[in-house]
Amino acid sequence: MGHRLRTRTAIFVAALAGLHLTLLFAGFVAPYDPTTQSRELPYAPPTRLHFIDGAGFHFRPFVYAWTSVLDPDQVGSYQEDRSHGYPVEFFVTGPGYPILGRYRTTRHLFGVTEPAKVLLLGTDGYGRDEFSRLLWGGRISVAAGITATCITLLAGSILGLIAGYYGSWMDESLMGLTELFLSLPWLYFLLGVRAFLPLHLDPLDTFFLLTGVIGLIGWARPARLVRGIVLSARNRNYVFAARGFGGSDVYLLRRHILPETFGVLLTQAALLVPRYIAAEATLSFFGLGVSEPVPSWGNMLSILQQYSVLVSYGWLLAPACALVVTSVLYSSLADVLHSRLESHST
Amino acid sequence: MSYLGRRLARALLLLIGVSALCFWFTQMAPGTFFDEMRLNPQISPQTIRALRSQYGWDQPLLVRYERWVRSALHADFGYSIAYNLPVAPLLWSRAKNTLLLTTVALFLTWLTSVPLGVWTASRRGSLLDRAVGLLSSLLNSVPELVIAVSLLAIAVRWRLLPVGGMMSPDSESLTPWARFSDLTLHLVLPLLILVLSETAVIVRHVRASVLEILGAPYVEAARGLGIKPARLLFRHVLPAAANPAISLLGFSVAGLLSGSLMVEVVCGWPGLGPLLVEATLSRDYSLVIGGIMLSALFMIGGNLLADILLLAWDPRIRKEGSDGASLAN
Repeated sequence: MGHRLRTRTAIFVAALAGLHLTLLFAGFVAPYDPTTQSRELPYAPPTRLHFIDGAGFHFRPFVYAWTSVLDPDQVGSYQEDRSHGYPVEFFVTGPGYPILGRYRTTRHLFGVTEPAKVLLLGTDGYGRDEFSRLLWGGRISVAAGITATCITLLAGSILGLIAGYYGSWMDESLMGLTELFLSLPWLYFLLGVRAFLPLHLDPLDTFFLLTGVIGLIGWARPARLVRGIVLSARNRNYVFAARGFGGSDVYLLRRHILPETFGVLLTQAALLVPRYIAAEATLSFFGLGVSEPVPSWGNMLSILQQYSVLVSYGWLLAPACALVVTSVLYSSLADVLHSRLESHST
Repeated sequence: MSYLGRRLARALLLLIGVSALCFWFTQMAPGTFFDEMRLNPQISPQTIRALRSQYGWDQPLLVRYERWVRSALHADFGYSIAYNLPVAPLLWSRAKNTLLLTTVALFLTWLTSVPLGVWTASRRGSLLDRAVGLLSSLLNSVPELVIAVSLLAIAVRWRLLPVGGMMSPDSESLTPWARFSDLTLHLVLPLLILVLSETAVIVRHVRASVLEILGAPYVEAARGLGIKPARLLFRHVLPAAANPAISLLGFSVAGLLSGSLMVEVVCGWPGLGPLLVEATLSRDYSLVIGGIMLSALFMIGGNLLADILLLAWDPRIRKEGSDGASLAN
């Protein structure tokens, strides 16, 4: 049993690591700049990869350029221009981007020579490459989820420690407060707090304000869990012994009590990250989160509020798929971590 | 009765706290509705100043709060600048639709998840149990926004259901019966989204609480005494398993309200959601505060309902008058 759990943990951790590395090196994996518009290619469908042409089979896939067809009924009817094939090449030079926030480079994982474009997930209404936007947007969305989770866990564990360790009126008032926060309709409050922040902010400020607000609203559940653990840990004999030898409060908390909460906090983190990614996506979907032209999974989806777009350009649902994959991976990890905790404690 | 009294006092305290917090935030907020006006060269600074004093925005915070409380006691909840109307009727015209959506959704959610939870718990490990478990954990981990957008895409793509609004544009000319069925058809999609995502959460909790009681020593004893499984389940297990489930009802109201806010925006249901998003974008603070207070009121209503049910159901609470939450944990 323990062995199987360990294997499953390893699988999910590896998958998540792959996802995060891809997002971290979004500039390298993405063939184009996420904000560069090409007005002649609005709503272009995904480029097809071909292997066979008149000369036979090629191991190296190639693409054709899209040429737009005039169609009064629908923007973006395209046809492949079969006159010239463009092979997909690896480690090509393209638009420059910062890597790890410091070094600038122009090297990309793959690409084709102009005027053809390799658009794995098509383009949006401004002709921006959806695949590149998906990767860059994922950076923002996932980073928002992780930052907000850290804020929640920090606030929750500090308050939980205080409530559990010092008890009495502190405990009572804090736990009353958690009950309140647990039954808040959080989206209303998120919206409300957002209403009082300035509407037009630069993306970085929005990011930190948003994650701060999302993170602070959720402190109650980790606080309750931490309090429960502290309450049981406080009365262990070795803690009494350490206190008898003159250990200070801070020492006891740090050395004997805090380590006990680690497993629960890790599980909570895996649960909270997807929830907060979804919260950011919902706010951005409403137009209240990360704003154009910076992509995030939420604001990429917000164009689907127009039913005509939703029906005609199915590839624009890609961020929804990315959200599903990320969330399912994180919650599976949370499930496995939870069962590991349970098998430890029994 | 002191139990309910304490709950009511706490609810009142919550309302005061939330409204005070909201006002404190408006004070700290960097922009007001009038900032957008200031950019418009056709509106003179004098007009803006006059408007500011007319709506009382030039007063200090405490004066404004006192005014607002007075207006709230008159059931006005302040004055919306963008609509030039008192907030309460404005909110109420939309809240009706939100209430319709959420109460039906709440009802349907519990109607599906309680039998499903009890059934899967009583057949633990069966094919059905595993199928429901898998489906609910999948739905649980998929963000509600994604469920909403994908169901909407399906409904629009294959023209399965009418979307957008509550009624078809020509509904005025229809017979009452046709109007009712039109409304029902428009209700299906938002309901489906809400019920799917909420049921996924609640089934698991119901199942867990029934399982916990099923493993209790007194149930083992009853089984040993030869009580039939059906009687055991309905007579001995379910009443005991109801307490945590009823506590969950209170929490589920909050989840449902948040969910419905999002679903309303996605599906174009004319409830509080679109109104509040609009108010947020136009900095119409009175409307935003009104919306938050209303959601807090709904939440308190839901929790109170759960408390009353708990009081009616659980003799331990009646006897000791103790806190329900401490029993549930």
